[in-house]
This record gives sequence, C-alpha cells and structure tokens, in this order.
Amino acid sequence: MDLVANLMTGFGVALTPINLLYALIGSLLGTLIGVLPGIGPVATIAMLLPITYALQPVSALIMLAGIYYGAQYGGSTTAILVNLPGEASSAVTCIDGYQMARRGRAGAALAIAALGSFFAGCVGTLLLASFALPMTELALKFGPAEYFSLMILGLIGAVVLAHGSLVKAIAMIVLGLLLGIVGTDVNSGLARFSFGIPELTDGIGTAVVAMGLFGFAEILVNLEHKTDRELLTQKLKSLMPNREEIRRSIPAVLRGTTIGSLLGVLPGGGALLASFAAYGLEKKVSKHPEEFGKGAVEGVAGPESANNAAAQTSFIPLLTLGIPPNAVMALMVGAMTIHNIQPGPQVMTSNPALFWGLIASMWVGNLMLVVLNLPLIGMWIKLLTVPYRMLYPAILLFCCIGVYSLSNSTFDIYVTAVFGLLGYIFSKLECEPAPLILGFVLGPLMEENLRRAMLLSRGDPTVFVTRPISLVMLALAAGLLLIIIAPNIRRKRADVFVEET
Amino acid sequence: MGIIRHPKDFFAGLMFIAFGAAALAIGSGYALGTAARMGPGYFPRILGILLVLIGAAVALRSLKLKGNRIEFGSLKPMAIVLGSVVLFGLLSPHIGLILAGVMLIVVSSAGSSEFRWKEALISGIVLSLGAVLVFIWGLGLQFSVWPPLLTGAR
Repeated sequence: MDLVANLMTGFGVALTPINLLYALIGSLLGTLIGVLPGIGPVATIAMLLPITYALQPVSALIMLAGIYYGAQYGGSTTAILVNLPGEASSAVTCIDGYQMARRGRAGAALAIAALGSFFAGCVGTLLLASFALPMTELALKFGPAEYFSLMILGLIGAVVLAHGSLVKAIAMIVLGLLLGIVGTDVNSGLARFSFGIPELTDGIGTAVVAMGLFGFAEILVNLEHKTDRELLTQKLKSLMPNREEIRRSIPAVLRGTTIGSLLGVLPGGGALLASFAAYGLEKKVSKHPEEFGKGAVEGVAGPESANNAAAQTSFIPLLTLGIPPNAVMALMVGAMTIHNIQPGPQVMTSNPALFWGLIASMWVGNLMLVVLNLPLIGMWIKLLTVPYRMLYPAILLFCCIGVYSLSNSTFDIYVTAVFGLLGYIFSKLECEPAPLILGFVLGPLMEENLRRAMLLSRGDPTVFVTRPISLVMLALAAGLLLIIIAPNIRRKRADVFVEET
Repeated sequence: MGIIRHPKDFFAGLMFIAFGAAALAIGSGYALGTAARMGPGYFPRILGILLVLIGAAVALRSLKLKGNRIEFGSLKPMAIVLGSVVLFGLLSPHIGLILAGVMLIVVSSAGSSEFRWKEALISGIVLSLGAVLVFIWGLGLQFSVWPPLLTGAR
C-alpha cells in the first residue's frame, strides 16, 4: 500500500504546527476573500505570491492552496445570505440558496453547502492522491514532442471550456505566450522584447501580470459605475437541515462531487465551470424541476460540492504533468518557481515531503473550514458591511507592497499599473484574461520543448504526429476545436454561462 | 453604426494585430536559426504571425456579426487609481512605507464616488501601520518604514 505510506508521509508534514498554522491562515484568508465580492482567489494569490518567498516552500504552497478551496466555502455564504456571488463559482448558488434563506432555511442551506463541500473536498483529495502515481509515471515517459502537444491540448481545452468568444480566447493565449517570452533567452542569452530596460531582462513576473489583469483591472471596472451594494441582514436560526433536506441533498452531493472531480482535471475547468455544470445536471435529473429557482436544496448541494471537488482535482494536472489547467494553478506554478521548484512529474520523486504534504494539508484544511466556518458565519456576515470604497484602497496597498517586494524595485509597480490598464481595456473589449495567464506561464516551456523536439528530430516537424502519444493529444485538440465549431454545441456553451458575472 | 457592426470585436482585432505587428517588428532583428536549431527569433515570429492573422479574422468578422457598443463610464476613477499607484512607486523609496501608504489610500479613495476625507485618512493610517506590522516585522520584507533621509538609513 504505497498510497497509505505516502499519505502518512504527507500527514507527517501537514500536521507540524507551522504547516497547520499556514493551512489555517490560507483557509481563513480564502474564506474572507470568498465572502467579499470584488476580490477573487486569483488576485489574492497573486498578492500573496511575493511574500511566500520568506516561507518554506511547503508552507507557502499549503497556504496558497488553502486560499483557493477556502474561497469556495466563503463564496457560498455570501451567495446564500446576500444573493451576491462572493465568488464567481458561487453564482449559481445564489439562485436557490437565497430563496432558501428567504424561506427561513438559511442555516440549513449554509450547513449543507459546507458539509457537501467537505465531502467533495475529501473525495477530491483522495482522487488527487491516487491519480498522482500513475499520472506521474505516464508523464515521465513524455519527451519534448509529447510535452509540446500536451500543452497545445491544454491550451485549446482551456479556451473550449472557457466562456466567451473562442477566437478571441485563442488570440489571448498567443498574446500570453508572447508576453511569457519577454526576457533573456536561455539558449542564446539574447534579451528579447526588453526595450533595453534592465529590469525586463529577467522577464515579467507572473504575480505582476495577474495582479494587474485581475486585481487592478477589477477595481478600475468596479469604480467606473456608481455601485450601491444593498445589504440584507438575515437572522440565522438553526443550522440543522431537516430530514427531508438531508435526504434530497445526499444524491445531489454525490453527483456534484463526481462532475466536479471530472471537470476539475480538464484544462480550462476548475471550480467555476463545475458549479455551473452541476446546477444544470441537478435541474435535469430532478423529479421536481419546477422547484428550482424557488429554493430547491439540490441547487445548493450539487454546485457547492462540485466547485470544491474541482478546486481539489485541478491540482492533478499541475502536480503530475506540470501543466496548469486554470488561472489559479498558473499562479501556483509561479509560487513553485519562486522556490526553484519546476512543476512536473519529477516533483513527486525529488520532493516527496512537499508533494504529499500539500495533498494531506488539503484534507486538513477542509476539515478546519467545516469546523471553524459554521460557528464563524456571524463574523463573516459582519465583514460584508465593509463598504467597497474602503476595501479597494486596501487591496491596492497590499498589491503595491507585494509587487515591490518581488525584487525590491519600484519598476514592477509601474508594470502592474500598465497591466491594470491593459486588463481594463480587455474587459471593455470582452477579452477574457484567464487564457492569457495560462499562455504566459506556458510560453517559455512551450518554446523550450518545441526547440528540443525539433532538435531531436533534426528539423522534421512530423515528429509531432509520428509519435503516438503526441499524435493522440493533437488529435484530441483538433477534435475539441471541431466540436466547438459545430453550431448547436456552440449555442449550448453560451447557455451554460448566462449567469456569468 | 455604419460598417463596423461589432465594435468590441473590431477593436479587439485591431489590438491583436497591433501586438502581433509590434512583436514582428521588434523581433525582426533576432536571429531566426533553422527549424532544427531555432534561434531566439523563431518562436516569437510564429506567435507574431499567428496573432496578426487571428486579429485580422476577429476584426473582419466584426463587419458581419452584431454586437453591443463599448460603454464607457467615467474615466476619472481610473486615472486617480492608476495615478495613486504610480505615485506610490515614485515616492515610497523617499518617504518610507507609512507615509507613502497613507498617501496611496487617501488618493486612491478619491476615485470612489462616496469619498470621505476623514474616513480615508483613518483607514490609511490604520492599514499602513498594519502593513508595517505584518510585512516588515512579521515577514521581514526589506522596505524603509520612515523617510530614509530622516532616519539616516541608506
């Protein structure tokens, strides 16, 4: 039983006081930003990336992972109590969760969301642990040609499953790849696209790009229109769901966990897509679809389990293949590179304590979230009364300090501001920034693998289609593109995301 | 709306073309190498061409598809927020984290339509002190707290 032994190693790492503390900090921070609308996990992780430099690599990753899954818990609280998605992935929870709250079942909705998330988190963590070994073994067989094709598949998958215009998303990926190769070329030593600025010869930091595109741009867009966030204070009675609610939630939680686990692994998947798909599924299989939108408990249990399961399983491609499936995972790549860890199959063998410690910590963190959050809900609601006009300057301050500390230079602050402006323009033109971040992280890797593959094949580009694994991946990518061009699926895809905020 | 029926896509296309063209222009001096031994210019060249082509497709498509106009709200908040960030970058090495932090919070708060002087000032002082506590004492980041001229540091 390798798995058990490995998990024991993991718990040995995760249960040390210092790592428990960082799991707690991460989960609480995640809940906090999950509760607050207007700041998401991407911006928060970007903000904290620089300061993790001072931590042990394991502790840093444990904390950042906690932010991602903690945000899934926090988002549901706001959705149910205030009818606002605290997190984009909780947007569908608003529909039925808020209706439950209006009927006085807010406590039950919160409890079911939290317990469903916990169950899903446990399953997701187990899946991650059991898939890690076989996936890693497969990945170790990969040569540069396979890696290149895998990245193509990952990037295409990411745009097919993402929302909005497909062509524009592909353009954003290419732009991201271009931005990713800014800096010194490792092979020739030539500084590319650096405009003679010494700071740019090291390339642009992932945190800088993410903070600008997600953190700053979000603020700029929000401030443009006068907002008045209305607050409904709900009295919480009992947190206990009644028997009927429990009976109806259990199958929904199981379905949500399954669909979430599957979608989390897919490139472009992750918590957001999972919750939307789970809601659709619940509505379809329900015996009383007319109740949806009027406070059906399945409409809370399914999506909330799904988004948490997906948050866990999206670590699988990152930790085993080194390919980030979504923007949050792209930032985790950044976090690992800060500590000189190259994400990929070798992490498990060269750094088992980190690998299994991170996985075990996710289970610990999920447990903490259930135990701590239900009693703390009153405090989280109070936080919602902090007005946005006081929140965004604080975000700006922490971003600026974080960016500065990356390399103790104010230059990075200006670059972040430029990306903030760019992000604002993107949002005006309806260009999604998430594919850009993926491209940005993969840019240098893709070039490196392309070069190596072509060097090994002596300049023969057919190497990508003559090697079987590589061919399969390219065929899958082409298939995905073909499917999406088919008009009826295109319409469906637009439907899934109508609720998008 | 004239000939451009989807302005968002039209300008997005132009933007992609501009980025692609810039990459090609700047990268034109980088050695291409051969397919087997790629120089630093090879990959950027592929990306630049791709971006121009996709951009052109998006822009041309906008003549056929229909889309909403680009709506702009007030641009003042954006100028204020980005300005405050740049100002923070310019000033913080000279006046230290606390003063620069208070400045950033107060100036950027003015970007909101519900700006209140006193509230912004108090929140600036509290947050800056908190930042010093967490980032400098807690995490040991290198950052001058007070103006280096006064403390004689550096």
